Amino acid sequence: MADNKLGRQTVTFKNFPQIYTAFSTAGKKEGRGPLGNWFDSILEDDKIGQKTWEEAETKMLKDTVVGAVRKAGIDKHEIDVIFNGDLINQLMSSSYAVRELGIPFLGLYGACSTMSESLIMAGAFVNAGYSKYAAAAASSHFCTAERQFRMPLAHGNQKPPSAQLTVTGCGCALLRESEGAAGCCEGKPVYVTGGTIGKIVDKGINDTNMMGAAMAPAAVDTIETHFRDTGRDPEFYDMIFTGDLGKIGKNIVKDMLGKKGFDMTKNYEDCGCMIYGEDQDAHSGGSGCGCSGSVLCGYIFQNMKKGIFKNVLIVSTGALLSTISTQQGESIPGIAHAVAISTEKERV
Amino acid sequence: MKKSKNEKDAKKRYEEYVSRFTPGSRSVSNGIKAFVVGGALCSAAFVVQNFIQQNFGLESKEAGTIVTVGLIFAAQLLTGLGLYAPLAKFAGAGVIVPITGFANSMVATAMEFKSEGPVLGVGSKLFQLAGPVIVCGISVSVIVGLIYYVMGIFDFKLPWV
Repeated sequence: MADNKLGRQTVTFKNFPQIYTAFSTAGKKEGRGPLGNWFDSILEDDKIGQKTWEEAETKMLKDTVVGAVRKAGIDKHEIDVIFNGDLINQLMSSSYAVRELGIPFLGLYGACSTMSESLIMAGAFVNAGYSKYAAAAASSHFCTAERQFRMPLAHGNQKPPSAQLTVTGCGCALLRESEGAAGCCEGKPVYVTGGTIGKIVDKGINDTNMMGAAMAPAAVDTIETHFRDTGRDPEFYDMIFTGDLGKIGKNIVKDMLGKKGFDMTKNYEDCGCMIYGEDQDAHSGGSGCGCSGSVLCGYIFQNMKKGIFKNVLIVSTGALLSTISTQQGESIPGIAHAVAISTEKERV
Repeated sequence: MKKSKNEKDAKKRYEEYVSRFTPGSRSVSNGIKAFVVGGALCSAAFVVQNFIQQNFGLESKEAGTIVTVGLIFAAQLLTGLGLYAPLAKFAGAGVIVPITGFANSMVATAMEFKSEGPVLGVGSKLFQLAGPVIVCGISVSVIVGLIYYVMGIFDFKLPWV
């Protein structure tokens, strides 16, 4: 019966759920970066008038969802379900943001892979007809992540070149069934055509300053599986984006996939490498759910609307560690999910 | 979970592979910066200590205490003003190893966990970073004290003392 799957891990959406609108928010530093012009909203200061950093992230996420809803010209009560996640314990920011929105909520924890994960889930719900409108969102905030996973902000220390910077940012994509959706919103329609659900890959890295190296093998596994399941190759896509591998992880992906016979040198980028400029002292690059979230809902989505990208594969990557596992000396389990997005109704 | 030998080998192979893509820390320039800043800081402290000793008629130990308190105060003030983190990023061990690093670790946690309240936030987290340093310091001093005591029993003296 499972006629909407390819291989073991790839799903295909034959009803072509459409990304109706997408809204991206970025922090002050990210707003000054090379992608500054592509974000829908840039925070003037990262605390946005709230008492705590967690409240600030909650507000950022809520405003982003509201932004996507407003763009669509619908009421938030028309959204049937929101798939949503962040990095903070027990999905604090997501739950508190949704508390005030009154949208049926399924929380997801995929660490920094959450944007792909939520997009696959929202796509599946719309494709199956369970939802007319489904939202997919992910957020991260430098200051909330720093205090949970690392050191207090005012603590003086030095980080190695392999370290990454958690992005303050957020993305929300609003999906709806493509029937009857034509003619709305400017630009080309953007469809989620399918996705490949990743397996956990752990090569034994336990240095939390080596996230790129810890997650890269998971991205390699998922991308390779995607190509094998679908029969596609890197050339099929105009661009392939990984979530937040940074410079080191990106080079590892190129090298490992190159050795497997997939040429990733031409059309592959990493959102973590794109979001900060060389002069922004981001070491290896950006990380966090908001990294691929804000880049996908800003830069990538808008470029697809304009018709510059036709077929895109987004592979958000996550490090599924916890503060406890780190202290107990466990290695970092990596995960990556791939989502195929297209401006054409072409089945995966 | 216990790791088998094969898993350990695979882990080691991957780490070696990864190291080809990973730029190293700039140990030499970081070391020079730490040496210059840390050295300047300690020299300046001594100048102030001598000044206090000569002009206020204090013993060297008393003057030393005043200078130490001054360094702690300066580090705490800079932390509060948000200037310590950029300084430490530049100078590294030069400002982290002296008592200034300890002072910073306490004020930084106090500031960070203020949002969880004065008791459960600041109260319980104040020593989050400084606590392990104190525990290790005391443990090592106990071990050294025991060695010293045993040496005394056998009337053993280090040749260079």
